[in-house]
Amino acid sequence: MLSKLTKKIFPKSLWVYHCNSGACNGCDIEILNVLTPYYDIERFGMKLVASPRHADVMLISGAVTRPTLPIVKKAYDAMPNPKLVFGIGSCATGGGCWFDCYNVSGGADKAVPIDYYIPGCPPRPEAIIYGVALALGLVDKKVAPVELKQMEFPIDMYERNRAWEERNVIYELLKD
Amino acid sequence: MWLLSKIKQVLMVVKPGVVTLQYPFVPRPAPENFRGMPYWDHQKCVGCGGCAGHCPARTIMIRDICQELRVMVYDASRCTYCGRCADVCPENAITMTEHYELATNDKNDITETIELFMATCQRCGRCYDHENTNQIDRLSRIGFRYDNLEMRAVIPGGSEQFDTEMLRKTESYKRPEKAGE
Repeated sequence: MLSKLTKKIFPKSLWVYHCNSGACNGCDIEILNVLTPYYDIERFGMKLVASPRHADVMLISGAVTRPTLPIVKKAYDAMPNPKLVFGIGSCATGGGCWFDCYNVSGGADKAVPIDYYIPGCPPRPEAIIYGVALALGLVDKKVAPVELKQMEFPIDMYERNRAWEERNVIYELLKD
Repeated sequence: MWLLSKIKQVLMVVKPGVVTLQYPFVPRPAPENFRGMPYWDHQKCVGCGGCAGHCPARTIMIRDICQELRVMVYDASRCTYCGRCADVCPENAITMTEHYELATNDKNDITETIELFMATCQRCGRCYDHENTNQIDRLSRIGFRYDNLEMRAVIPGGSEQFDTEMLRKTESYKRPEKAGE
């Protein structure tokens, strides 16, 4: 009875475990900032816990270095299912400047499967809140792959003639 | 006595009111001079590759498909938003926008691909000035045309310059990975 009631009241109350896998502390400080009363992520039911066994979400910050790689994998295995993993910062998403260093595995997705990426170096606290809200379904995704072209190949003869005519029309308008 | 101090505390807490930011429900613009996702103006870009040379995380990849087509791929997943590309650009084609809400569940969402048309001299093959012409003019100045298939049959050698195999190869392009893997 009580468990059903709590499931109704707290449907998306996530407990967060923060895992630093060789970060420079920039992202960690932004994560701490998110927990302060000003940004207050606890209004979404989030709570920082010390053990991965209590957690639903793992926040990975930092490119996974060689010494931390087995520890990150262990922490991921210790989490109960279902679990979410957030990669926070440029290092966790793609490896940062160190993506091809000898002692870096090049991004946290090489170690554990990541569900949500939050790029930024470091990401703003708002960006982290946005990523959390995206996972909860409160906001829509705002980015999409951009493809820009100076001109289309091959160019159709008809389009080319039409463009030529339009160009002349513009010149005539400018003369008046 | 202890009650008085508690009342004092309550008053101190009540005085500033609610300080929490209602962020995801209320938009919050970034401060001035904030460096967010860079934006490429593909009409201004001349394809010099200075940004790719200066990028500390090597996020920008340049590939020439044929003599006239250059493809630049920007991968924001490991970008540190340092703004060096915007500093070094001679044409000011790159601007650092204030867009910071980049969270995704797919890495490909934060990539930009730009196809640049590189104009070259008909005789020497080098690039030359084309300030007062539009891009359609530049095509005829090169000396051969990319037309539809019927017209290409009429113009001899019209499609020779376009390396179809290179095009096919670059279609399966993937982001640069760690060396040795």
